[in-house]
Amino acid sequence: MTYLTLEGVRKAFGDSVAVEDFSLAVEPGEFVSFLGPSGCGKTTTLRMVAGFEQPTAGRITLAGEDITNSRPAKRDVGMVFQSYALFPNMNVADNIGFGLKVKDTPKTEISGRVGELLELIGLPEKAKAYPYELSGGQQQRVALARALAIRPKVLLLDEPLSALDAKIRDELRNEIRRIQRQLQITTIYVTHDQEEALALSDRVVVMSRGVIEQVGSPFDIYNYPATHFVASFVGRLNRIPAVVVDAAGGVVETGGRQFRTNTAISQSVGTTVEVLLRPEELELDGTEENQLAGTVENVSFLGSIVRVVVDVGGTALTVDIFNERLLHLPQIGQPTSVGFPPHACWIPA
Amino acid sequence: MSIGATPGGPIAGYGTVEGLGIGKPGKEPPAGPPRSRLGRLWPWSIVIIGSLYFVAPLVGTVRMSLRHSKGAGAAWTLILGNENMWPAFLQSIVNGLATIVVSLVVIVPTAYWVTLKLPKLRPIIEFITLLPFVIPGVVLVFALIRLYSAPPLLLTRTYESTRLVMICAYAALSFPYMYRAVDNGLRAINVRSLTEAAQSLGAGWPTILIRVIFPNLRVALISGALLTFAIVLGELTIALYMAQKTLAPFMADIVRNKPFEAAALTLIMFALTWLSLGMISFVTNRAGRKR
Repeated sequence: MTYLTLEGVRKAFGDSVAVEDFSLAVEPGEFVSFLGPSGCGKTTTLRMVAGFEQPTAGRITLAGEDITNSRPAKRDVGMVFQSYALFPNMNVADNIGFGLKVKDTPKTEISGRVGELLELIGLPEKAKAYPYELSGGQQQRVALARALAIRPKVLLLDEPLSALDAKIRDELRNEIRRIQRQLQITTIYVTHDQEEALALSDRVVVMSRGVIEQVGSPFDIYNYPATHFVASFVGRLNRIPAVVVDAAGGVVETGGRQFRTNTAISQSVGTTVEVLLRPEELELDGTEENQLAGTVENVSFLGSIVRVVVDVGGTALTVDIFNERLLHLPQIGQPTSVGFPPHACWIPA
Repeated sequence: MSIGATPGGPIAGYGTVEGLGIGKPGKEPPAGPPRSRLGRLWPWSIVIIGSLYFVAPLVGTVRMSLRHSKGAGAAWTLILGNENMWPAFLQSIVNGLATIVVSLVVIVPTAYWVTLKLPKLRPIIEFITLLPFVIPGVVLVFALIRLYSAPPLLLTRTYESTRLVMICAYAALSFPYMYRAVDNGLRAINVRSLTEAAQSLGAGWPTILIRVIFPNLRVALISGALLTFAIVLGELTIALYMAQKTLAPFMADIVRNKPFEAAALTLIMFALTWLSLGMISFVTNRAGRKR
């Protein structure tokens, strides 16, 4: 049973089309992220669900009710903003209770619900504090509690962690997921951070230039990208220009060396194609079937991984190696061989 | 020698820690080239000349107010006891408060809507609000008298209806100050996000304005209101040509005929203006500390 649906939604600002033919069905309790670069239409789509933008065409339904043209105040959606948007003139408790007060909820009920939410976000001692007395992470927790206070049908989060530093971002990310699972609330999360989207979501909607590129689980999005854009936007990617030698056998050649993919190639023999490979599927001086000789061009130590750039006949290939104490770091200028299995190769049609 | 090669020893090119004078309060850092006496004096000369420029007229006015032929405090007693002074004062106060209300009712929703929905119109609105600086008061008052002295907008027939026109004119005069104060306040609070947050929580426009926007514009509104009040208290041209018995025409009359009382009245007006500015500063500082 779908809970939130967007059918053929389009949004144009004058001549400029921000979102085109966007269709999506979200299940109750599902956590869906909209992922894409700036200007891809993800925030505009979220704002159409919230009611802050009116679709130029299409239909949005929530819990069986058509909300395409309803006012934001009538939609029963909770929204968390990047800038927190806490009311500076109200303390934490009043901020959280604002939505309930607007709905003329009895005072005792409001204070009970506020207390419950303060416990949920781990800030029971901050009820009387004003927003300016809280850190960024605490403010965003309060914003989350305020959005949840009205028991919304759907929770919308618009890049809620972008303004926070890395450590707090990580903590709050886990907190959001914990609360979402605990409350089983349907959630739409907008982000341009692929790691955030992959870590949090049940499903990810990758968008580019106003259209959906792919909808899928984080695992599928990363490992089986449907389009060239998804492959390059989500994760790092190596591109090797190669000429098709045997289309049916999946054999290509680059710099005089042949290597094999595990599927047939749709392009004809002699065509130049781009072979795409993830850095973590490559190895240095290993035993994999496909081997390309090159020279180490750069080595970056990143903690858990070591990123090595190898020059293979003029093409720079990035190889990610897991760090371990006994690892011998490759030296710049050292001759090496980049190996990869046939199944790691992906040739876009 | 590499840096830190000898523990506790000198660092190449920097000398010892002692040599830097660290922990020795008596040791002064090396002084620059000595300044000439003239070089030391001229900043003080500017401060003294500047202070005299502001203080001398005040001292002169205070002295003038104390030189009445009937005694030192006579000018003050006479002006405070003048039967026309308090009605004029009261009328100016009422006009000031009414102007603040008109100005707020026009400016706040306009500035809010422009910020939220029509940001492209901001330069045009700013230009319009600056017009009172460009149009002289005398031109404004004659235009108003001409427009409202004949049907269908005959509003200068009675004293009270003329007063209404004057209050609207004062509101227009306050636009540059009020609009800027409100606009700055709106820019400081991220109006769009606050409005949308309130909307998503079920609030309608009246609730958003009254419970979210107005309380967060408190300082800006008070600043704009007090500046408006100060303008109304001192405005002469419009009041004079509209034959209104407010404080400024009363003062002009006193200046022409009773110079000692005029000095005392000037000081009262001066104190009121500073009181207004002091209140702005007090409220702003308090809000600043809160933030």
